[in-house]
Amino acid sequence: MSTQPTDGEPHDPQTVHKPGSQIIVDTLIEQGVEVIFGYLGGVVLPLFDKLYDAPIRFIIPRHEQGGCHMADAYARATGKVGVVIATSGPGATNLTTGLATAMMDSTPLVALTGQVRTELIGNDAFQEADTTGITRPITKHNVIVKDPDKLARTIREAFYIASSGRPGPVLIDIPVDMQIAQIAPTEPEAINLPGYKLRKQGHARQITMAANAINESQKPVIYAGGGVVISGASQELRQLATKANLPVTTTLMGLGAYDQNRPESLDMLGMHGAAYANYAIQNCDLLISIGARFEDRVTGKLKTFASGAKIVHIDIDPASISKNVRVDIPVVGDARLILAELAKVVEHRPRKAWFEEIAAWKEKHPLRYDTEADVVKPQYVIEELCRQTKGAATIVTGVGQHQMWAAQFYRYSQPRQFITSGGLGTMGFGLPAAIGAQIAKPDALVVDIDGDSSFNMTLTELSTAVQYELPIKVCLLNNGYMGMVRQWQELFYGERYSYSSLKNPDFANLAKAFGAAGYTVDKKEDVAAGIEKMLAEKKPCVVDFKIDRTENVWPMVAAGKGLHEMDGLDAFEMV
Amino acid sequence: MKHIISALVQNEPGVLAHVAGMFAARAFNIDSLAVGRTDDPTISRMTIVVVGDDRVLEQVRKQLAKIITIVKVQDFVGQDVVARDLMLLSVFTPPEKRPEILALIEMFNAKVVDIGPKFVMVEVSGPENKIEAFIDACRPYGVKNVVRTGTVAMARYARSQSN
Repeated sequence: MSTQPTDGEPHDPQTVHKPGSQIIVDTLIEQGVEVIFGYLGGVVLPLFDKLYDAPIRFIIPRHEQGGCHMADAYARATGKVGVVIATSGPGATNLTTGLATAMMDSTPLVALTGQVRTELIGNDAFQEADTTGITRPITKHNVIVKDPDKLARTIREAFYIASSGRPGPVLIDIPVDMQIAQIAPTEPEAINLPGYKLRKQGHARQITMAANAINESQKPVIYAGGGVVISGASQELRQLATKANLPVTTTLMGLGAYDQNRPESLDMLGMHGAAYANYAIQNCDLLISIGARFEDRVTGKLKTFASGAKIVHIDIDPASISKNVRVDIPVVGDARLILAELAKVVEHRPRKAWFEEIAAWKEKHPLRYDTEADVVKPQYVIEELCRQTKGAATIVTGVGQHQMWAAQFYRYSQPRQFITSGGLGTMGFGLPAAIGAQIAKPDALVVDIDGDSSFNMTLTELSTAVQYELPIKVCLLNNGYMGMVRQWQELFYGERYSYSSLKNPDFANLAKAFGAAGYTVDKKEDVAAGIEKMLAEKKPCVVDFKIDRTENVWPMVAAGKGLHEMDGLDAFEMV
Repeated sequence: MKHIISALVQNEPGVLAHVAGMFAARAFNIDSLAVGRTDDPTISRMTIVVVGDDRVLEQVRKQLAKIITIVKVQDFVGQDVVARDLMLLSVFTPPEKRPEILALIEMFNAKVVDIGPKFVMVEVSGPENKIEAFIDACRPYGVKNVVRTGTVAMARYARSQSN
C-alpha cells in the first residue's frame, strides 16, 4: 500500500510519469479552468494534443489578440481567471495588446505561450521571440519554465498571483521540450512566494480615522473605481453610502459598482463625466476614493482636483496610494472588507445643504443631447437600447466616442455589467470582449456598443461568434470617422481632419457574409425597430447605425483643465 | 536627495531585467546598482542608489516591493549606514611622479594591485566622496581607466537593532 505523498514531493518511483503537456492540462483542470481561448502553432502542438481530450471548452479566435481580449472579458464578466494560449514568436507578440489591456484594468488572466526548445533559446530560431522580455512590463508577473518538474507549481502560482491582491495577467512561457518531458505528477502544495505579501484587512486605526473624517464631513463624496467591482464590494459600498448618507460617483471602470438609478448616484466623473459629478468633486470637503487610482482622465489638472478636500484612499495596491495625489488617510486592503468595517462605524448625517447643492447641479446640467435633430443621434440609440433592454444587458465597448456615450447614456445597476478597456484604451476590444462575456454568461444579453473604427480592427472575430453560435449583438455607431480623434482635431487642431476618416465596408452585408445577421439603420424613426430586430436575433447580429457624423461627446474637460472647467455643457443648444 | 535602497531578491533569471525595466518605464533614475548573492544562495541583494524627492522615493520603494521576485525593500534614508564603493583606477605614472603618486595612494589607504611600464592600477574602497576625491587627486597625472562597483551598504548594528 502506498503512502500519501507529502506536499510537493513526487509520488513514489512506481508512479506513472506523464508528459509535461498532460501535467499542464491536469493542473489547469485542478485550478478549475472550464474555458480556454487560444490559437495553435508549432511549439504548442504537444499541449493541444492533450487539450483535445480534456474536459475543457476550447474557443479558437481568429487572432491571438482577439483570444486574449476574450479571456480578459471572460474574467471581467465572472471574476474567474481567464486563460489564453498562444504559440511562440508571433503568437506571443500578438498577445501583447491584450496583456497590456488586462494589466491596466487589473484583470486576472493566465497566458500560456509556447517557446522554442530550451537549447535553441537565444539562437534566433524559427518563431522565436523573447516573450518574457517583451511582456515583463505588461504582466503582473511572468516566468519561463526551464525545469519540467516546476511546471505544475508554476501554473498554481500563476493562478494565485493573477487572482489575488490587485489582479493582473501572468504569463508562463513553456519551451516545447518541457511539454514533452516525462514528469512525475505532484500534489498541490501551499503557495510559498516570499516576495508576494497581501494585505486584505484594513488597518483598524486607519479605518477609524476614515470613519471620523466621514462623520465630520459636511460635503463628502465617494469616488469609486474598478477596484469595487473586482473586490465584489458593491453591496458594502451601498451600505456605507446609505448609512452615512454619501453621494457616489464612479469612474468608467467603476460603472455598475453603484446602481445609477439611486438618487445618491452622481454617475461618472472625469473628462467626459457628468457635470454634477465633477462639480461635487471640486467642491467637496472629503473625497473618499475606493479602488480607484486618480488617473489623468479622471482628475483633469491635478492642482485643482478636489483641492479643498481631505482625501481618504482605500486601495489594495499600496503603490496606488499617493502616486498622483497626496492622500491624507490611506487604507490599504481589500475594499469589501474595509467598507464593511467602515459601514459599522460611520454615522448618518443629513447634509441637507450639500445634497441641495448637488441637486441644483443635476437639475441645471443633466447629461443631454439634441433630441429634436432629424439625424440619428448616437445618444438616442443608446437610450433606446437601454429602454428596450430594461438596463439589464451586459454592455461591452470599443474605445472612443461610442464608449463615452455608452458610459453616459446606458444606466448600469450591476457590477460586471459594463466591460470596457479603460486604462489602455484599446480600440478593437469590443467584439472579442463581447464573445468572451457571452461564453462566460451564455444566458446573458451581451451587446457590444462599438464604433466603426474600433470594430474594423478586430471584426474578423465575427467568424468566431458564428462558429460558436453566440447570440452577441453589435450595436455599431457608425460615423465613418475615428470619432474621438475627429473631435480633438475639430476642437484643438483647427478642424484639420488629418487621416481620421475611413472608407468602411457595408457592415450589414459583411456580417451576412460571415454568417451573422446584419441590418442598416440610417433614419431616426427606424432606430427603435432596428434595436428590436437586433434583440430578437438568435444569431450574432450587427446593426449598422449611421449616426450624425460630427456629433461630439459633451461635456468635456480639455486636457490640462480642471474638472470644473467643462466645455459643452449646453452644446446641443448651440447647434 | 540620494537614497540608498537595499532589496533582497530571489536569485532567479529576469529579476535584474525586471528592476531595470521598471526604473526605465517609470522614469526613475538609477545612480548606481550593485548585485550579489547573499549567504543564502537563493537570495541576492541589490543595492540601488536613487536620486529623487520623498515622493519619488516612496513610489520607487512601493514599485520595487510590487515585483513578485523582490522579497524585501529597505530605504536607508535617515539611518546610520556603512556605505562603500570599490574602484579600480589606472593612473599614468611617469618615473619622476611615481613617489608622489605612491604617497597619494598611501594617503587614501588604497592599494596598488598592478604595475605596468607607464601605469599603476589602484584598488580603492570607501564612501563615495572618498572615491571621488581620489579620482580628483589622480586627475593631474592622467587617469586612464576607472571601474566602479556602485555603492553597497549595510545599516550599523546598533541602529538595526532598534528597528
